[in-house]
Amino acid sequence: MSENTNVWEVFIQSKNGLAHKHVGNVHASDKEMALQNARDLYTRRNEGSCIWVVKSEYIVSSESEDGEAFFDPSNDKMYRHPTFYNMPKGAKHI
Amino acid sequence: MSLLNYTLRIADSSLISGQRLAEWCSNAHTLEEDIALSNIALDLFGQANILLEYASDLDGKKTADDFAFKRNEREFFNLKLTEQPNGHFGDTIVKLFLFSSFNFLFYNKLSQSKNENLSAFAFKSLKEVKYHLKHSKSWIVRLGDGTKESNKKVQESLNSMWEFTGEFFEMDEIDIELNKKGIGVNNKSLKEDWNNIINTTILESKLKRPEDGYMQTGSKNGLHTEHLGHLLSEMQYLQRAYPNAKW
Repeated sequence: MSENTNVWEVFIQSKNGLAHKHVGNVHASDKEMALQNARDLYTRRNEGSCIWVVKSEYIVSSESEDGEAFFDPSNDKMYRHPTFYNMPKGAKHI
Repeated sequence: MSLLNYTLRIADSSLISGQRLAEWCSNAHTLEEDIALSNIALDLFGQANILLEYASDLDGKKTADDFAFKRNEREFFNLKLTEQPNGHFGDTIVKLFLFSSFNFLFYNKLSQSKNENLSAFAFKSLKEVKYHLKHSKSWIVRLGDGTKESNKKVQESLNSMWEFTGEFFEMDEIDIELNKKGIGVNNKSLKEDWNNIINTTILESKLKRPEDGYMQTGSKNGLHTEHLGHLLSEMQYLQRAYPNAKW
């Protein structure tokens, strides 16, 4: 791969209204190429209605060594789950 | 008979174009572009298949496969542009761009044909061709407005393919007859819009429009460049070596 290409992360929205989901990445030298490559690689079988591409360098990821500090503290805080409320009768869409 | 011939012309351009693009499979400069070119080739095979099935209905005897695999060079009516060798990537992209820009306008008009098979075909294929045009156009701009080297190469490609664009706008007896009946397209009428697409792209990509000089002709009568025979010998090998072989 030449020095002019970057890696881009690809997110596909499968249906209008749903969230874009990460599906993989592509190499490309500009945003138009990234979008077209994503279209050609990831939507060949009717997977999507919208594509986002983002340069991988712009994605900030948590480090695995921070895992304990980041995520373990929420392990024992069951009260944060909204399972302790009684559902009112007749409420259908909560 | 004219309708069969007219149908084969459109089918053959898609088929031969698809076969050329398929030669890139596993050879393109990136995996992404490899798949992009193969996708386009598959679109074109799909288009050819629809039309060859229709040709088979019109003919009454030959199957779509017979048309694809058992005709000789002189019985093919694809535009000469489509049979030209792939060359380097710039050559292929220029070929694809010129062919797609014409096809985009041609299918647009054909989708209004009084012949329901042709209009439905054109309506469906237009969406595919729009993408082929978009994809090839962005490469023309990228290469033309890229480095000195890429600009020089793609300009040479454009210059060498230019003589094959005259065929787009030819009208022979069959074209005139079917256009009068509201079935076929008046190719001459596409020229102005085609010039617009070409000129805008050329301007954007910092290329120069080649002069109209000698223009190739003959494919409507089954006359081809020497490259078609070689292409067919590969494409038709299996059916020629093992007649009626099936999957």
